[in-house]
Amino acid sequence: MTDMIDIKPVVADYDSMIKPDKVHSSLYSNPEIYEEELDKIFNNTWVWVGHESEVPDVGSYKTAMIGRHSVIVSRDRKKNLHVLLNRCRHRAATVCEGKKGKTKSFMCPYHGWGYSLDGALRAVPKPEEYEGVFDKSEYPLVSLRFETYQGLIFATFKEDLEPLEDFLGGAKKWIDLFIKQGGGYPLKVLGDHRFRFPGNWKIQLENTTDAYHFPIVHKSFVSSVDDQTAEVFDFLDGEGFVEDLGNGHSVMVMIPELVDLEEDLDAPIPERFQALAEELAAEGHSDLEVRRLVRAVGGSGFNLNLFPNVACSMAFFRTLVPISVNETEIHHVALGGEGAPAAFNQMRIRLHEHFQGPMGFGTPDDAEAWERVQKGSHAGTEEWILLNRGQENLSTSPDGNVAGAVCSETGMRAAYQQWKKMMTA
Amino acid sequence: MSDLNLLNRVRAFIDTEADMLDFEEYNAWLDLWTDNGVYVVPIDPKETDFANTLNYAYDKAEMRKLRVARLQSGEAVSTQTTEKTVRQLGRFRILAESDTHVEVRCSMYLSECRHGNLKTYPADVTYKLLKADDEFRIDEKVIRLQNSDAYLSSIGYIL
Repeated sequence: MTDMIDIKPVVADYDSMIKPDKVHSSLYSNPEIYEEELDKIFNNTWVWVGHESEVPDVGSYKTAMIGRHSVIVSRDRKKNLHVLLNRCRHRAATVCEGKKGKTKSFMCPYHGWGYSLDGALRAVPKPEEYEGVFDKSEYPLVSLRFETYQGLIFATFKEDLEPLEDFLGGAKKWIDLFIKQGGGYPLKVLGDHRFRFPGNWKIQLENTTDAYHFPIVHKSFVSSVDDQTAEVFDFLDGEGFVEDLGNGHSVMVMIPELVDLEEDLDAPIPERFQALAEELAAEGHSDLEVRRLVRAVGGSGFNLNLFPNVACSMAFFRTLVPISVNETEIHHVALGGEGAPAAFNQMRIRLHEHFQGPMGFGTPDDAEAWERVQKGSHAGTEEWILLNRGQENLSTSPDGNVAGAVCSETGMRAAYQQWKKMMTA
Repeated sequence: MSDLNLLNRVRAFIDTEADMLDFEEYNAWLDLWTDNGVYVVPIDPKETDFANTLNYAYDKAEMRKLRVARLQSGEAVSTQTTEKTVRQLGRFRILAESDTHVEVRCSMYLSECRHGNLKTYPADVTYKLLKADDEFRIDEKVIRLQNSDAYLSSIGYIL
């Protein structure tokens, strides 16, 4: 009973709720903790808002969420990026609806205040009533600090936060590897699957670094692929590993031979990509280019989990949007190569559809498990979520990081230590 | 009168397909298709280039077979918790007819019951049907869910 904690007032006692080997169940279900997470985590760190290829042209925009804040990522007339709060400076109405598109300006639907792509307030109806009240230059859309790394755009509310590259730290090496899956072409977003599940956002955060569930939850997916591919996905007893990269980030290498997609280009072409290789060759692509494309088409052999809201997950970006303490929206963002052969991008899209999204052969089973986690976590008054797998089987990686077996819970422990650090700061 | 006759035959065919899906007669459903038929659930309801676009589902014959096998295998936990679907198709309209094909649009209201929760998916559905003797075969079925461009939940059955 030494582990029993008083739920009220919990919001200050995180030290007792995050142990090195377990976390308290109320982290999934206490609405006060959830509200504090939005303040202390999502308002205080680098949050992924998109990829540069989603806003390629002058006038391109997309919307995103940073915790409870709706934001617009836009590209202005000089091709500069902006991350803007999606609220009119007058009475707060959103000035942009929808997921993405192209526009010349952002117009508030309520009183017609018009903003340019860089957020500047350009026009207000009845300007004479504001004479002597304010100058338009005082009321642009609120602009957030943002930085990019390899095309990934992160924004923050915190002006004095460390530079993005320092925050990413050991994760940068893995982002560099991840973007090679354009097959020699710049990485490009090809669309996304969006779905919600009735569970806390951290359940999804954990899942991206959870290899242990794969053969159980995804049995039906493995049954749907050829024997050679099934063997590739049978990685729990392999040479993979999980590495704590610091700042809550971790990498889970499931298929070590697919870490660097520009290596081993002379490896035999897998059976399932043979037809693609023949199609590309028939189109006149050189043998080297065919091999580069085929090797990249299935994605990387690892999941890079970036705290708190995005993962570079094998072949796609996974981002999570907390909706409430017990509801989360997930986006599975499909990737391809800008200017790459159509057959390559088509194959990547088909592979994404096969596993991901609400009608995929994988995601719905994940979502079922997560829903059951949320439901089950309400049972009991002093129960815990275990994070202790592999904690006695750790080593130091060549990069000097704590590492465990591929099915260890090393990545989850890393994320929760960062969670505790931020919640107790 | 010939148009009404065609409309009735098309409705009878599509109602039978709906009944097969609600009552999980998936193998019979597979036989309703042409060899090159495509089953599509797009994300953007305005999209027409399905092959080069991300969809929720884009199933040619092999993927349809695999989807059915997954539903029947008992291996996928998400397919075990949807107790039953009930779908109603209506508002049928023949959009085009040629010697070989009929193109039809209709509405669909589908309800699912998952973990005891009732949820509804309204959709516009278009069919390209191949005329085959006195019957039809599905050459293309496109299900445009009303909320496809927002977010969905797990769908553990065939729309």
